[in-house]
Amino acid sequence: MAISTSPAPQVKKGRWASGVTPYAEMGYFDADYVPRDTDILAAFRITPQPGVDPVEAAAAVAGESSTATWTVVWTDRLTAHEHYQAKAYEVSPVPGREGEYIAKIAYDLDLFEEGSIANMTSSIIGNVFGFKALKALRLEDLRIPTQYVKTFQGPPHGIVMEREYLDKFGRPLLGATVKPKLGLSARNYGRVVYEALRGGLDFTKDDENINSQPFMRWRDRYLYATEGVNRASAATGEVKGHYMNVTAATMEDMYERAEFAKEIGSLIIMMDLTVGYTAMQSMSKWARRNGMILHLHRAGHGTYTRQKTHGVSFRVIAKWCRLLGVDHLHAGTVVGKLEGDPSMIEGYYDTLRLDHVPENLQNGIYFDQDWASLPAVMPVASGGIHAGQMHQLLRYLGEDVVLQFGCGTIGHPMGIAAGATANRVAVEAMIQARNEGRDYFQEGPDILADAAKGCPELNAALQVWKDVTFDFQSTDTPDYVLTPTPV
Amino acid sequence: MSRRLTLRITQGTFSFLPDLTDEQIAAQIRYALERGWAMSVEYTDDPHPRNPYWEMWGLPMFDLPVEDVALVMREVRACREAYPNHYVKVIAYDASYGRQTTALSFIVNRPAHEPGLRLERVDAHDRVMRYRLHPYAADKPVGARYLNGSQP
Repeated sequence: MAISTSPAPQVKKGRWASGVTPYAEMGYFDADYVPRDTDILAAFRITPQPGVDPVEAAAAVAGESSTATWTVVWTDRLTAHEHYQAKAYEVSPVPGREGEYIAKIAYDLDLFEEGSIANMTSSIIGNVFGFKALKALRLEDLRIPTQYVKTFQGPPHGIVMEREYLDKFGRPLLGATVKPKLGLSARNYGRVVYEALRGGLDFTKDDENINSQPFMRWRDRYLYATEGVNRASAATGEVKGHYMNVTAATMEDMYERAEFAKEIGSLIIMMDLTVGYTAMQSMSKWARRNGMILHLHRAGHGTYTRQKTHGVSFRVIAKWCRLLGVDHLHAGTVVGKLEGDPSMIEGYYDTLRLDHVPENLQNGIYFDQDWASLPAVMPVASGGIHAGQMHQLLRYLGEDVVLQFGCGTIGHPMGIAAGATANRVAVEAMIQARNEGRDYFQEGPDILADAAKGCPELNAALQVWKDVTFDFQSTDTPDYVLTPTPV
Repeated sequence: MSRRLTLRITQGTFSFLPDLTDEQIAAQIRYALERGWAMSVEYTDDPHPRNPYWEMWGLPMFDLPVEDVALVMREVRACREAYPNHYVKVIAYDASYGRQTTALSFIVNRPAHEPGLRLERVDAHDRVMRYRLHPYAADKPVGARYLNGSQP
């Protein structure tokens, strides 16, 4: 049930009298406001300080993320201020979570610069998260109107173009992050690339913090990795790739590395979320201009996406990344070592892959989102996954996904190529069984065991990792398990 | 040691599994027809990984009901018989809006002997290497490759 009114204050001062006026009275809350198709809509989870009225708190968030400041300014009157005010139009208690409310706020399109994630983030999350009247604040979801979507280029290639370029269809792509993350010389590093790719993976990957350290400079790494990629391609007849991490201290350095990756024939580069929205958007445009697939590692996101009551949900980050334009984005594994409630992850995957994402509170999706043919982003599942989970991975994550088996490849007892082969045989056997109409989720272990009879590499993988699971409670979970009942 | 040191072109969805039997191929075709995908058969004697245009064995077969698995299988067999020493693949195409691309693609015939690809390296500058992939079989003209499964 939406809260529609707040208690009237005892003494009402005029809207334009100097001093402090409650945000709600300044027009930042309007229960009658009907959001326009062109508005950007936000769902915030607000936790007001004790004694703070939730409607006033919601109005304050709307105010501080648009035109308001703490006191009345007469210069508002030089503008059509009502147009520029964000409007909280609905405040509802969160079922089962005392003191928390979902506030929906509408922003007029005029508040935003076309095609700029930096501007949208500065507007919507730039100023409100330290606001004292709130104990905590979380941006749960955004609805981006088509008019604004169309000001972004989106992924440089998208899932369809990437698959056609790779000539790989009808199964998840397979990758591995080179391990150990730190310390390998460039020549040893290229060995891991070669073994993993010729063994059966489609991609290998630099880790987020492999940039250009004293033990291995970026140029040397790129050259040896390229040798590995080409040798593996010759050995298998397949298109292969290694994500060259171009993350660096300055934009100039990033362009230099990307240009070199292009010169030596790499088909894919990567960057880290830590470089910031402007740098990512610049690399996206560079990638489209140069025919380079662009992978994004979401380094650092857990600092603001993980806690339920404060920060920014990953589904919002996913939306921003699809708009600014990446071809790959890490989006969770469900079964691996990193945080991820299955419903929430389904919501992230839908956000990246579907053209129309319907509201689905159980998956944390608060609004319908229409992507207006913006190409889809390939989600990447990485972190503590192995061949023995293939039926679960396919069931939860689907077919358009890169499954990154880092240690699940390199830690194989028979070697790296054998680890890669185990993963490839497992995924092909599972796809075959699914397409044949078998109940692959229930029969998964049997399907893998059968495939392992003809494949000692898979057999060894199943033995080594058979009992490895990461069964911990997720911190970020849906509040709406069933159809929500008004409180 | 890995078994994969002997060359086998591993393009397509099921190349790491034992060669599919006709029954297994038919099961995959049924899966595709159930989804309304168009079926086609293509063949080549140029297995370069960046060769997207294999020769088309007729036009794609659109609008087939599920019962027509046998019809597609007839085309698969006819193509294999005509080109026993070529690579032959079955392609399922999803024409639905937003997709409009191949949905599944797998090899159903391959030459008895696969010599694979040669990797050529040319020093460019500053340790940069230029790489060139060349299928050994492509040294011979089209039609004269992979004859009788003999080595080139």
